Amino acid sequence: MSSLTMADAALKRKRVARKRLVNGAQNGVWFLVVCALAFAVMLPFIWMIVTSLKSPTEVFAYPPTWIPKEFQWSNYVEMWNEAPFGRYFMNSAIVAICVTVGQLTSCVLAAFAFARMEFKGKNVMFMIFLSTTMISSQVTLVPTYLIMRTLNWIDSYQALIVPFLANAFGVFMLRQSFRTIPKELEEAAKLDGCSRFRFLWQILIPLSKPILASQALFAFMGNWNSYQWPLIITNQDSMRTLQIGLRYFVSGEGSTQWGIYMAAALVVTLPVIVVYFLVQKTFVESMASTGLKDI
Amino acid sequence: MNLSMLKADKTVKQQLTPSAKKRKNKETFEAYLYLLPSLIIFAVFTFFPALFSMVVSTFRWNLPGKAMFIGLENYIYLFTDAIEAPIFWKSLGNTFYFAVGVPINLIISLVLALLLNRKIRGVGIFRTAFFLPTITSTAAISVVWLWLFHPAQYGLFNSILISLGIPIQSWLRDPLLAMPCLIAMGIWSGMGYNIIIFLAGLQSIPSTYYEAAKIDGANTFSLFRFITWPLLGPTMFYVLTVGIINSLKAFTEIDVMTQGGPLNATNTTAYYLYQNAFQFFQMGKASAIAVLLFLLMLLLTWIQFRFVDRSVHYE
Repeated sequence: MSSLTMADAALKRKRVARKRLVNGAQNGVWFLVVCALAFAVMLPFIWMIVTSLKSPTEVFAYPPTWIPKEFQWSNYVEMWNEAPFGRYFMNSAIVAICVTVGQLTSCVLAAFAFARMEFKGKNVMFMIFLSTTMISSQVTLVPTYLIMRTLNWIDSYQALIVPFLANAFGVFMLRQSFRTIPKELEEAAKLDGCSRFRFLWQILIPLSKPILASQALFAFMGNWNSYQWPLIITNQDSMRTLQIGLRYFVSGEGSTQWGIYMAAALVVTLPVIVVYFLVQKTFVESMASTGLKDI
Repeated sequence: MNLSMLKADKTVKQQLTPSAKKRKNKETFEAYLYLLPSLIIFAVFTFFPALFSMVVSTFRWNLPGKAMFIGLENYIYLFTDAIEAPIFWKSLGNTFYFAVGVPINLIISLVLALLLNRKIRGVGIFRTAFFLPTITSTAAISVVWLWLFHPAQYGLFNSILISLGIPIQSWLRDPLLAMPCLIAMGIWSGMGYNIIIFLAGLQSIPSTYYEAAKIDGANTFSLFRFITWPLLGPTMFYVLTVGIINSLKAFTEIDVMTQGGPLNATNTTAYYLYQNAFQFFQMGKASAIAVLLFLLMLLLTWIQFRFVDRSVHYE
C-alpha cells in the first residue's frame, strides 16, 4: 500500500519535472524568436548609428562593415557646421514648448467647464468640440495656409503655434479625469470661501498631475515630430524646425554624405527618445488607454 | 449651494427665484469664458477652414492670381480630364494600395503581442525595441530607410541581396517596388503602437476564462480561437479603422523618400493634394481633392462608429 503511493508520488514528480522541462524548452524557443525579431526591428537604428560613425570612403565600401574601422566622431561636429541645426533646434523647442503650454491651458479650462459646471447649451458645445476630431488636417490645409498668407504670418512662430492651441481630444481626456474628483471637495472648498477658479488652480490641477503629464507629453511629442504644416508654412531656412531642416539637408548637395546625414537623423530623434526613457511607464500606459499617436 | 437649494432646483425648475436665476446665468457666462480660448481656435482654424475649403473648391484660384468662380468644374476636371483624371485615379488607387499595409501590420502586431504577453524575461526591453520606431519622428526614420534602400550595392538591403545571390534592386526608384518599400517601412514604424494597444487588450481579458477552458481540456489553438479572438475583436477593428484613416493621411515618408515618384507610383491622394496646392499653387483644385478626401475619411469614421455600436450590443 505504502510502496504503491510512493511509486505514485515518484511518477507524479517525474511528470511534473518533464512538464517543467517542456515548458522551459518552449519558453526558451519563444525567447529566441522574440530576440531575433527584436534584433530585426532594431536593425535600422543600429545601421543608423554605425553609418553615423563612418568616414565618407567607408560609407561607400562594399561589402559594408558592421564596425567602423575608425570612429569618425567628427560627423557629429560637421553636421552643425553644414546646416544651422542649432537654429532648427531652437525653433523646434520654442514651438513645441509654446504649443504644449498653450494647448494644456486651453484644454484644462474647457475640460473644467464641461466637468464641473452646469450651463445652457453644454451638450451642444460638447458635440461641437468632439466634431472637430473628425475634421482632418488635410481638409483644413489649404484654407489655413490662405489665412496665414492674408495675416502675413508665413515664416513666423505664430503660424507654427497658434493653430494647435486647442485640442478636443485633450479636453475629452481631462474632462473624464476631472469628473472623478468628488463633488464634496468642491462644496467644502466653496464653504471656505474658495472661488471656482481657485478651486481649479489649487485643488483640481494638483490632483490631476498624472493625466496632465501624459497630455503634455503627447502634445510635445506630436509637435516635435510634426512635418507637413511646418514644411508648408516656412520658406526661410531660419524658420525651419528640425524635421524640415533635416529633410532639406538630406535632399540637397547631391545626397552623398550619408555619415553626416545619419548623425543628423540621430540627433533629431534623440530628444524624444530621451523623454521616452524618462517617462516610459506613464507613456505606455497613457497610450494604451487613450489610443493616441500623433496629430 | 446647499442641499435644500439643490432639491428646489430639481422640483421646480421652471420657477427659479430671481437670485437663483441670476446665479445660473452667471455660471453660464463663466463657463463660456472657460470655453472661449478653445472655441476661438476651433472657429478660426477648424470650422472656418473646413467650410472655406468647400467654397475654394468651386473657384479657379492659381496663386498669386485672383480667384474666379467656376462651379463644379474642378471636380469634373479631376474625374474626366484626359491628363488629370488618370493621375487622380492613380492617386486614389495608390492610397488604397498603401492602406494594404494596415491589415498586414495588424496580423504581425497581433502575433508579436501574443508572444510578448507570455512571461518572458526582460519583456520590458523587447517592448521598448518594438516601440522605438513608433515614437521616432517619421522624417528621421524616412532618412534612415532612404539609406537602407540605397540603390547601389553598398546599400544595406542590396548588400544582403547580394550575399543571398539575388540581383540588386533599385527599390524606391523602381515603380513596381517603391510602394511595397514604403509599406514595409510603414509596418516597421507602426507596429509598436499596435502592440501596445493589443497588449492592453490581452491583459484586460480575465485569466479565469482561460483557466476554466483549460480545465475543460481546451488546447492553445482553441483558447485563441474561442476566447482571445472574439474578445479582442473590437480592439482589432478599432486599430484597423484608425490605421486606415491614418494611412490615408500619410505624407511625411512620401515627401522625404519618393516625392510621389517614380512615375507617380507612390503619389497618394494626400500627396497629390499637397502637390497641387504647394507646388503648382492651384488652390481651387487642391481644395476639391481635400473635400473628396474628407468625404472618404468621413465614410470610414461612420463605418467605425456603426461597428463599435454593434459590438457593444453583441457583448
